[in-house]
Amino acid sequence: MSAVGTEVDTHDDHHHGPARGIGRWLFTTNHKDIGTLYLFFSLIMFLIGGSMALLIRAELFQPGLQLIEPGFFNQMTTLHGLIMVFGAVMPAFVGLANWMIPIMIGAPDMALPRMNNWSFWILPFAFAMLLSSLFMEGGAPNFGWTFYAPLSTTYAPPSVTYFVFGVHMMGISSIMGAINIIATITNMRAPGMTWMKLPLFVWTWLITAFLLLAVMPVLAGVVTMVLTDVHFGTSFFNAAGGGDPVLFQHVFWFFGHPEVYIMILPAFGIVSHIIPTFARKPLFGYASMVYATASIAVLSFTVWAHHMFTVGIPLAGELFFMYATMAIAVPTGVKVFNWMATMWRGSITFETPMLFALAFVVLFTIGGLSGLMLAIAPSDFQYHDTYFVVAHFHYVLVPGAVFGIMAGVYFWLPKWTGHVLDERAGRRHFWLSFIGVNLTFFPMHFIGLAGMPRRIPDYALQFADFNMVASIGAFLFGFSQLLFVWNVISNIRKGRQATDQVWEGAQGLEWELSSPPPYHSFSEPPKVN
Amino acid sequence: MASALAFVAALALACMPAVVSGAWEVNLDPGVTEISRAIFDLHMTIFWICVAIACLVFGVMLWAAYFHRKSRGAVAKHFHENTFLEILWTLIPIGILVLMAVPATATLIKIYDPRDAELDVLVTGYQWRWRYQYLDQELDYFSNMSTPMEQVTNQAAKGENYLLEVDRPLVLPVGKKIRFLLTSNDVIHSWWVPAIAVKQDAIPGFVNEAWTVIDKPGIYRGQCAELCGQNHAFMPIVLDVREEEEFAAWLSEAQAEAAAAGQESTREWTMDELMARGEEVYNTNCAACHQVTGAGVPPVFPALVGSPVVTGDIAAHEAIVLQGKAGTAMQSFASQLSAADLAAVITYERNAWGNNTGDLIQPSAIAEKLSNATGGE
Ligand code: HEC
Ligand SMILES: [Cu+2]
Repeated sequence: MSAVGTEVDTHDDHHHGPARGIGRWLFTTNHKDIGTLYLFFSLIMFLIGGSMALLIRAELFQPGLQLIEPGFFNQMTTLHGLIMVFGAVMPAFVGLANWMIPIMIGAPDMALPRMNNWSFWILPFAFAMLLSSLFMEGGAPNFGWTFYAPLSTTYAPPSVTYFVFGVHMMGISSIMGAINIIATITNMRAPGMTWMKLPLFVWTWLITAFLLLAVMPVLAGVVTMVLTDVHFGTSFFNAAGGGDPVLFQHVFWFFGHPEVYIMILPAFGIVSHIIPTFARKPLFGYASMVYATASIAVLSFTVWAHHMFTVGIPLAGELFFMYATMAIAVPTGVKVFNWMATMWRGSITFETPMLFALAFVVLFTIGGLSGLMLAIAPSDFQYHDTYFVVAHFHYVLVPGAVFGIMAGVYFWLPKWTGHVLDERAGRRHFWLSFIGVNLTFFPMHFIGLAGMPRRIPDYALQFADFNMVASIGAFLFGFSQLLFVWNVISNIRKGRQATDQVWEGAQGLEWELSSPPPYHSFSEPPKVN
Repeated sequence: MASALAFVAALALACMPAVVSGAWEVNLDPGVTEISRAIFDLHMTIFWICVAIACLVFGVMLWAAYFHRKSRGAVAKHFHENTFLEILWTLIPIGILVLMAVPATATLIKIYDPRDAELDVLVTGYQWRWRYQYLDQELDYFSNMSTPMEQVTNQAAKGENYLLEVDRPLVLPVGKKIRFLLTSNDVIHSWWVPAIAVKQDAIPGFVNEAWTVIDKPGIYRGQCAELCGQNHAFMPIVLDVREEEEFAAWLSEAQAEAAAAGQESTREWTMDELMARGEEVYNTNCAACHQVTGAGVPPVFPALVGSPVVTGDIAAHEAIVLQGKAGTAMQSFASQLSAADLAAVITYERNAWGNNTGDLIQPSAIAEKLSNATGGE
């Protein structure tokens, strides 16, 4: 057990290990336990959301309706999106934040440990409620994860009410998580840990937390407007009652665009730790990385209507949102160039976390460039709502956010468990995922440009070949994730004892603690120099 | 790295025969209007700029990944800052973006000019078909997908234009400026024909504008692009673009047909006639929700077999078909179908699938109801 502290305080459970049994997990206020809970929850959601994606790809393997009805297909696309965004990606980042932020800034725990417990335990209930709608009369929500009115109001299945409350609960959980992270970072840094010494993962999360605080209430507002339109006779989004369906889209995307940066900024942070470690060279342009992240966050509030170029926006509006969107390419480019320069003249090795991080940079850049194409409003008239968009956002979210998360997990897993990573198993998982992801999403650019709309269960014959390739890739990618589960579980159970530093080039406070770290991280603040 | 190269090579090889045969479409359609070609050129310009940026970034990364490997004996340098570089790779991208913005802005300004149209067509989205009204021509009809359900459910071989064919295409003249006014009767749809590069949302309660001048006669196909419910995949758009004289001839013929259809409600119809017409009308207009078998998809779309409304009081049955039910997907059909079609479909529902009420509704009775309703407004 950890060293005995020096305080006079005699709470006798203070320096003990975790409680025994299920109670440890239900009542825990320990940042590592809660981090673990978040990460496992996110893994389960990733597998559920992934199974839905496979069902979608199975139906799209060939033209014609083979497996599922169009109505159920729409439920699958809706739930797949909601689960991956709110159940898999966001909780995974919160899990990593819980585990790593206190350790990286030299704090004993999160600032608000009880609220931390609460913000996690809301989530299983929120998703149980959302998933239970599958068994209701009329089925689960079927209006897409973007739930455009009036499809989600006047024309919605009865389960829309459950969807609204589910989203409210997820929002409360995220807001509490964000407050906790901000409080921890601002108050609990070790002496000497000045702002411009903060590790980049901490910086990116701090900025993400502010984005969450700003936009989750907007999401709560828009679902509440949906709720009152459905049940209480308001007409926010109903033209017949003096409302406006397009208002929904403005409010939704005012939340939705910063949301996409919420899902990518922490991954930027992770990659900014991994590349220097395996290039054995300090991160290039630390300060410019921080400023670039902050500028992306600020700009993300000014671009929402690029999701709405075809709703009938006046010319001046189209131009404004086109220019603002193009501007985001500048700070994003700065990040990519800095990673590139970090590799330059390093001494590079390719362990599993590095492979995922490099794939992240390359494939995220592809997603970024297709994003730039989509920003060009006149061309967007052809791309909008086609598979080109599907290809774009899956490139930034799967080999983007998800690879970023996996890179982080492989990077920090030996620290968490104290067991050295099985490199062969890790690389096998990487290469299968890499091939699978490209086989799935690259052809989607082609079918999108050739004219296939998104969210359809059946398609014209000219799209058949590439759809078949995409479906094969999806199954390859999907089943390779079982290797990930296997790798994580076998690393938890056994493996050679890892050193404190774990990786040769690793730098930072987290690598000074033992592997695994003591149950309470830094009882005494470390010295930062 | 070696396996990555092998993978790329294998993928390239696998694509070769496809590229040669041209069966695998990979790019936008340049289309048949000035605007669609402008958009295509813009798309290709931006695309090649992106390819160049990608080659540069990935090239540097690959170079470093190969030559600055530890296994090749590379020793890490320790530089980690260079203000000049940071400024350079902020300014150069800004320059490139400005270069991109110039043609993009020019094209956009061209698109936003719906003035001086010679023909106005009001396009209305319905769950799940399109309605076309030629505003000054007294012509108004619906366009439904004509691909048979047997092809969708794989009981019949799929035709060449599977899912992209309709019973009545939108017929347009070549070389004239046509203005589309778009709206919707229920949820948001989006009217998209790639060959003319028009994609505009059809929003209930609002009217959007778009326009085109088509250079070449031909058949051009598109689809609804905004998720609009269960049959979103099944509301295609077909344009039949004709030379000017052919269009004029078609127009007067279509107007004459429409006028003749208006006369149908004055005569007496037999049960067999009504049932035959009713089945046709039902299958194109009602089966998407209530199903061909009348079994519906409860609880969202009620079954009509044995339904108390359909087998009970005729007036209540007529009322729901004519007026619809506010706040549900059951829309008002009074302005969508002719009196004869309405009488036929109601008669059909009351006598098909074992409903056997024996009731026969004459078109003249419906016509009277319709004129009372408009008179009373
Ligand atoms: C877009 C889907 C849709 C289409 C198309 C549609 N209906 Fe309906 N229909 C409904 C819904 C939903 C209801 C239930 C309304 C309610 O809540 O009472 C309904 C109810 C009805 C009822 C009353 C049934 C009962 O038992 O309450 C009749 C009769 C009916 N429709 C006839 C028709 C006819 C005739 C057509 C074609 C001309 C048609 N419907 C087309 C969705 C549709
Ligand atoms: Cu539609």
